[in-house]
Amino acid sequence: MSNPIKTVGVCGAGGTMGAGIAIVAARAGFRTISFDMSMDALDRAAGQTEGFFGKSVERGKMGAEDRDAILGRMSRTTDMADLAECDLVIEAVFEDLKIKQDLLGKLDTICPEHTIFASNTSTLSITEIASGCSRQDRVVGMHFCLPAQLMKLIEMSPGVNTDPAIFQTAWDWTLAAGQQPVETQDKPGFILNALLVPFNNDAIRAVEAGVASPADIDKAIKTGLNYKMGPLELLDLIGLDTQILLCEAFYPVTLDPRAATPPLLKRMVAAGHLGRKSGRGFYDYQGSGMFGG
Amino acid sequence: MNMTYEIRQSGESRSFPTGDAFLDGGEAGADVVILLGKELQADPSRAAILVELGHESLGVHTGEDAGREGSNVLGFARFRNGDDAPSNLIELVRQPATPDSTIDAARAVFEGAGFEVAVCTDQAGRILDRLIRPKYNAALRFLDEGLATAEDMDLTCRLGLGYADGPIERLERGGLAHHYDATKALFDVNGTAAYAPARRALVAKQRQGD
Repeated sequence: MSNPIKTVGVCGAGGTMGAGIAIVAARAGFRTISFDMSMDALDRAAGQTEGFFGKSVERGKMGAEDRDAILGRMSRTTDMADLAECDLVIEAVFEDLKIKQDLLGKLDTICPEHTIFASNTSTLSITEIASGCSRQDRVVGMHFCLPAQLMKLIEMSPGVNTDPAIFQTAWDWTLAAGQQPVETQDKPGFILNALLVPFNNDAIRAVEAGVASPADIDKAIKTGLNYKMGPLELLDLIGLDTQILLCEAFYPVTLDPRAATPPLLKRMVAAGHLGRKSGRGFYDYQGSGMFGG
Repeated sequence: MNMTYEIRQSGESRSFPTGDAFLDGGEAGADVVILLGKELQADPSRAAILVELGHESLGVHTGEDAGREGSNVLGFARFRNGDDAPSNLIELVRQPATPDSTIDAARAVFEGAGFEVAVCTDQAGRILDRLIRPKYNAALRFLDEGLATAEDMDLTCRLGLGYADGPIERLERGGLAHHYDATKALFDVNGTAAYAPARRALVAKQRQGD
């Protein structure tokens, strides 16, 4: 049976993740409506999207006609009512339970009964997000990885009230979109962040405990395990302030001591050492020196 | 800096198994002595004496002195995932008062042989076991709790994090009993739940019969 999803809406499409999800949907042949509160953000994302497909054409990965067809399937709006045409709406808005619940509540009044809602949350409960609307049976977790337009993985999670048939429809859509879904329970962090966030905290605590320098820790991880990046390099890339937000999302729910914000992390963020974006984190990006925490 | 090394060995080494090319490069009377299963004997005339470690602290071999310990003796271990072939990583274990010249000499020997060296202090699990064992414990617990299948957890780590392999396949390949040994040693020192051997590792160890 063909997938009933033809038109996809993306909420928060002015952001990096939302824009990437819109690319995934449009590239796979779905009519895609990008929604955000800010037309400026949508315009910026549209420019980046054109640049992304422009490079694909330059590199011979697709023809100009294909690019034009994809871009032709994409539209953008700041009017949520335009999402009434969607069979699937994927939200990638700010990682805040109340904001996501409110969004689904509004979508509930706009979209037809058959529309499936998917949340790109990486840390929050799908069941709790779904409780913001009256169609909890049609809400699924659909967590893309950054950058969504390049990463195949999607963590798919049913909420407590998700209809298995709806979950299957959403699952089939991810396959049709050329992605690789994996199924996880609706638990904090699903698989990826449940493993990664405490692991990165452990690396911070090892620095604080004087086990080794950040460079030696990263070297050990990369050489010993064949990882492409060490945990402290990765933390500098994602932002130390972001790691605190992840800890604050995890720890109150799990009470796992490994998920609690390490004291060194708090001190570094308070000192303005946020990682690459501030020029200094566990490493110094303004010179060749290294900051050891 | 060029450094020669002498190997004194008793029994099989986990860092340098029989046939490892590094074993062929030793020479008597060299700058650095490498002890593979041999008991430590002080020799201040050497640039460094390197003691191969298992899960124990270097202090077990050298004795400790209220944080003032440190000499020309270092510990080391070449990281292995259980029964897998050894990696290219040497964890070099120092003490608070270890001279930099001793570390430089040890580094020169190992890097001269093509290894990557990461220096760490004498703490349980060194760098890698301290960091990866709690994560592997979590993955084993997630498996028991039904968070996801082993295959999906491994696939998530490969596709989502770019790892060469996932935690479950890595543990299965290297041997869960080895994971038990590593976590038991960490738990004995730290006593926190994160390091306590996971149920599946305990089962593997019990089935191994030792």
